[in-house]
Amino acid sequence: MAERLLEVDDLSVHFATEDGVVRAVDGVSFDVERGKVLGIVGESGSGKSVTAMTLMGLTRDVNARFGGEVNYRGRNLLELSESEMQRYRGNEIGMIFQDPMTSLNPVYRIGEQIVEAIQTHEKVDKRSAGRRAVELLRQVGIPNPESRVDDFPHQFSGGMRQRAMIAMALSCNPSILIADEPTTALDVTIQAQIVELISVLKDDFDSGVIMITHDLGVVADIADEIIVMYAGRVVERAATRDLFYDPQMPYTWGLLGSIPRLDRPRPDRLHSITGAPPSLINAPPGCRFRPRCPHAFAKCVEEPPLENHVETPGHLDRCWLDVEVKRSVRAATIAGEAPEAA
Amino acid sequence: MLTFLARRLVGALLVCIVVTFIVFVIFIVVPGGDPAQRIAGKNATPQLIENIRHTWGFDKPFYDQYWVMLKKMFSGDLVSYTSQQNVVSQIVQGMPATFSLTIGAGIIWLFFGIVVGVVSAVKAGRTSDRLITVLALIGISMPVFWLGIVCRYYFAEGGVAFIFPDGEYVGLTQNPFQWFWHLFLPWIVLAVLFIGFYGRVLRGNILDTINEDYVRTAKAKGLPPRRILRKHVLRTSLIPVITLFGLDFASVLGGGAILTETVFDLHGVGQYAAQSINNFDLPPIMGVTMYGAFFITIFSVIVDLFYAYLDPRIRPT
Repeated sequence: MAERLLEVDDLSVHFATEDGVVRAVDGVSFDVERGKVLGIVGESGSGKSVTAMTLMGLTRDVNARFGGEVNYRGRNLLELSESEMQRYRGNEIGMIFQDPMTSLNPVYRIGEQIVEAIQTHEKVDKRSAGRRAVELLRQVGIPNPESRVDDFPHQFSGGMRQRAMIAMALSCNPSILIADEPTTALDVTIQAQIVELISVLKDDFDSGVIMITHDLGVVADIADEIIVMYAGRVVERAATRDLFYDPQMPYTWGLLGSIPRLDRPRPDRLHSITGAPPSLINAPPGCRFRPRCPHAFAKCVEEPPLENHVETPGHLDRCWLDVEVKRSVRAATIAGEAPEAA
Repeated sequence: MLTFLARRLVGALLVCIVVTFIVFVIFIVVPGGDPAQRIAGKNATPQLIENIRHTWGFDKPFYDQYWVMLKKMFSGDLVSYTSQQNVVSQIVQGMPATFSLTIGAGIIWLFFGIVVGVVSAVKAGRTSDRLITVLALIGISMPVFWLGIVCRYYFAEGGVAFIFPDGEYVGLTQNPFQWFWHLFLPWIVLAVLFIGFYGRVLRGNILDTINEDYVRTAKAKGLPPRRILRKHVLRTSLIPVITLFGLDFASVLGGGAILTETVFDLHGVGQYAAQSINNFDLPPIMGVTMYGAFFITIFSVIVDLFYAYLDPRIRPT
């Protein structure tokens, strides 16, 4: 088994606000292994970005309360002081964000920003750091890196900016790369290139990757294991193949069903999951997905635990439905023929 | 780059000329009495007034007068109606005082404005920030002439003490210490207004910039907070403040500190402007306005160039 780099155990992140306590992340657990990609999939508001930012300590605030553990190579990152955490950021764990247009400082050159990342954690002189920056740009596929390294961000296209961000995030050889919706702001052809790039670099740098997205197409390609988040919880966890071929959560079916398919007859309208995600302040009792689930029944008022119900031991889900029942109604639900939620 | 510069300088020149025209029209249109009468003074006979009118060319059509005035301005021949003194030499006499006032106050208000802005932003929401905000608002709200007179009364005329001299300007080359001493109160009075304003502007910019995505990226790289503030937040937040400073500085240099100069009797260009307006004396008004317009337009170009230097997105490619 590959080296387990990160163990997240029952992580919770609550924010105290004027309207009440927002339980953005409510008991999430997962692992990240070296050389493997973990996909985190969910709608906006599911808690996936908050989870990622918490791993980096970027959600620390007077109004934030944390629970559980984030164990990176044996140390619980939640317990580290701010200055200790600074040594991990960029150095052990690197992160890239959704919008490359605004994520780079517009008044500094690309090379300067990469050099800054390097010099923060390593004692190298500016010239060597500069050479490394050029090599990193070359590795991420930027043509003519020797001259491009002195460009400003606005002189790069969106895809190139994201590549530069990736170069910067990997510049100190972190063991884990967290990619928070890296392709959402890019057009589709560039998306494919960036995903491919991350996959290649994962092997080159021998790191673990957390890929956060709402796009199932992106994770299908690159992820080894996927967790599906809903309303701050993990509702399904499986190896990629199992998730796509034997999904156990009606929510996952909804996600799969909402992807427009080229190999099926075109529907009149795009299929979506009815309703909206629940409030994170006053969560309804029981299964969080119950109000929107076409198959909810009496037992669903009781919160289902995340457990293994199928033959494959690593495949967990939070659903009371019997596995046989699920497998019989699943195809219809995904195709959009299921009855609407009660 | 050169075309940009050339275009801006030609534009600046055009602006100055248009300004002269506007001033001239205002002067003609605003009722303020007949200049010939003012020159003649009291007890003037109609004949005298008529003679003056003819000598000075006030009976010519207004575009003629305007043309003559422009010529006089460029040849340095502008002469005041009331005092018969050469306008250009009067302005030149007032420049040392105005320059000293502006440069000193400018350094003070820029420095303290930045300090106030950074401190109140870093401590945003807390008591120190609220206190600074109140002080800044008081500073902005206090009229210069009121503050100036109050300071003069309390610190120069014996209200509390006789520490400072009672107005007037002493040249730097004459007596450096007295030069400093005479300018101290005017500097403070002029700077107080700007410090409050600049502090508020910078505070707002910093608080906005802290929420930018690239600051989050800087944090994610592991940079310590001091460094993030200095290199990523301040650099961008200061750009609008610096450009604002360029324009305010230019306007004060151009004689805009009329009230401060008058209250402290500094005999600078601003005070000269105030007197001329009081006397409804066109040549000095024209001269001072041109002088001011010149500085403002030139600094406007400088500020644009500097802005392009600070923010690479703006540079003309």
